[in-house]
Amino acid sequence: MSDVFVIARLALQEAVRRRVLAVVAVLTVVSGVLYVIGCVSLKNHIHGLLEIGGGVVKPIVPATLLGLASFGTLFLGSVLAVFLTAGAVRGDVDRGLVQPLVVRPVGRGAYLAGRALAAIVVSGGYVVVISLLATAVTRVVFDQLPSGAWSALPDLVGAVCIVTTLTLLMSCLLSTVATGISVLMAYGAGLIAGLLGEVGRAFGATTVTRIANTVSYLLPFEALYRDALSRLSPAGPLAQLVQLGPLGGARAGGVGLWVFAVGYLVACLLVAAWLFGRSDL
Amino acid sequence: MATLQSPAHTAVVRASGLTKTYRRVQALRGVDLEVGPGQVVALLGPNGAGKSTLTKVLCGLVRADGGTASVAGAAAGSGPARAHTGYLAELFRFPGWLTATEVLATHQRLARSAAGAAAVAEREQLLAEVGLAQAADVRVETMSKGMQQRLGLAQAMIGRPAVLLLDEPTSALDPAGRHTVREVLARARARGTAVLLNTHLLGEVELLADAVVLIDAGRVVAAGTVAALTQGTGVVIETDQGQVEHRDVARSDVPALVARLVAEGRQVFAVRPHRSTLEDLYLRLVGDRESQR
Repeated sequence: MSDVFVIARLALQEAVRRRVLAVVAVLTVVSGVLYVIGCVSLKNHIHGLLEIGGGVVKPIVPATLLGLASFGTLFLGSVLAVFLTAGAVRGDVDRGLVQPLVVRPVGRGAYLAGRALAAIVVSGGYVVVISLLATAVTRVVFDQLPSGAWSALPDLVGAVCIVTTLTLLMSCLLSTVATGISVLMAYGAGLIAGLLGEVGRAFGATTVTRIANTVSYLLPFEALYRDALSRLSPAGPLAQLVQLGPLGGARAGGVGLWVFAVGYLVACLLVAAWLFGRSDL
Repeated sequence: MATLQSPAHTAVVRASGLTKTYRRVQALRGVDLEVGPGQVVALLGPNGAGKSTLTKVLCGLVRADGGTASVAGAAAGSGPARAHTGYLAELFRFPGWLTATEVLATHQRLARSAAGAAAVAEREQLLAEVGLAQAADVRVETMSKGMQQRLGLAQAMIGRPAVLLLDEPTSALDPAGRHTVREVLARARARGTAVLLNTHLLGEVELLADAVVLIDAGRVVAAGTVAALTQGTGVVIETDQGQVEHRDVARSDVPALVARLVAEGRQVFAVRPHRSTLEDLYLRLVGDRESQR
C-alpha cells in the first residue's frame, strides 16, 4: 500500500510544482466571485417575481442555479481529471518516466492505483470544494435550498471518479492526446445522450429513450449527474417544468445506480491493471 | 550456438532459450546467457539485434514468449527478482521538476533501501560516486543529458542491488563521464555485483568487461572472455619483404614456418602472435547490418 502512496504523492507533487493546483485555485476563486455576483444580481433583479403565487416560484431559482453550478463543476472537474490522467500510462511510458519506477518492486497495479488516487484527490477535491461553496453561497443569498442540495455532492464526486478511471483505462491503450480527446468526446456524447433521452421521453420515442438509457449505463457519470439534478429538483407544482441542467433534465437513479457505478469503477481499474500488467514497456 | 556460462551454481543472472516476437519481428531467438557475481558481461550487437529486449526481459519490462530467465534465483520480472535489480534504461526520464536528491529519495522509498539518516547518507554517497555531489539540489529539467545519465546510474545502484542491468549507460557521457562510470562499475564488480552492460562502445568493453556476448538478429553469435574472443590463431612474421599474417598456424608449427622462410632466403626480423580486436570480431561476425537494411 505504501507504494501506492509514494506514486500518488509523486503525481500530487507534480500538480503542485507544475502550478496546476495554483491555476485551479485562482480560477476557482474567480468563478466563485462571479457566482456570488450572479446570485446577488439575479436576486435583486427578480425580487418581485419570487413572491408570485404565494412563493411557489421561490424554490425554483436556487435549484436552477445549483443545477447550472453542478454542470459547470462536473465539467471542470472532468477536464481536470482528464488532463491529470490522460498520459498516466502510455504517455509516460513513451516518455520513459514509468520504466525506472516499475522495475523497482512496485506492482504495476500499485502504480495505476497511485495515479488514480492522485487524480481523484485533485479532481474529486475540486468538485467537493466548488459544490460546497456554490451550495453555501446559494443558501446565504436566497435564504433557502432544495431539500437534496447536500446529497447531490456524492453523485458529482462519483461522476468525476468515473471519468478519472475511464481516462486511466484509456491511457493504457492510447497516447496522451488520443486518450484526452476520446474521453472528452465520450463526456460530450454522454451529455448529448441525456438530452436526447429527455427529448425521447417528451415525445414518447422509445428507441431514442432506450439509446439514452444504454449510454447512461456505458457512461455512468452521465447517470450520476442526472441523479444529482434529481436531488436538486424542487418539490411543488412547477417542478415538472424546470430543467435544471443546460443539457436536459433530472432523473433519479436510486441505489441500483450507485451499485452499478461502483462496479463500473472497479471494473475499469481491474481492466486497466490487466492491460498494463501484460503490456511490454 | 555460442553461449556464455558462469559456474552453474553461482550465476546471478540466467537466461535459457529466451524468445520474443513483436508482431512480425523476432527480437530474440533462443538466447542463453549467464552472469556470475562480480562479473561484468557486455552485450554487443548492432541496433535491433535484441540487446535491449533481452535486458528488458531480465528486468520484467517485457515478457518473453518462450524460455526461462531468472535474477538472483527468482523468475525474472517477479517482485523478488526486481528487488535485487538495478536498471538503467536506454531511454529514460525522471520528472523534470524533481531535484537529484528527490529522485533518489523517491526510488529509495520504492526500493525500501534505507530510511532516515541512512537514506541521506546513501544518497550523498551515490551522488558523490557518479560525480553529482554538487548537483544534489539541481532540478532534473536543468541538467545536461550526461548529468541525467549519471543520476540514472545512481538511481540504479540504490540499495546496492545484486544485479545491475545497464542499457547504454554512457551514450550521453563525455570521456571523463565514461571514466567515472567505468570506475563505478569496477567498484560494483569488486563488491560482487553482477553487471550486464549493453553498449556499442567496444573500447569501453575491452577496458571493463570480463566477458562479451555478441548478439545478432536475436541470436548469440559469439560469447566468451575478451581475451579468448580476441585471441589470434596465427602469427605475424616481419621479414625483409614486410609483414605477413599467417592465419590458422598452431604454435608448434611456428619454428618450421620460420625455417622455411629462412630457407627461401628471407630475413626474419620478428615473429608475433596474431591478435585481433573486438572490432575485428564484430565486423567479421556481424558486419554493417544497418547499411544492409
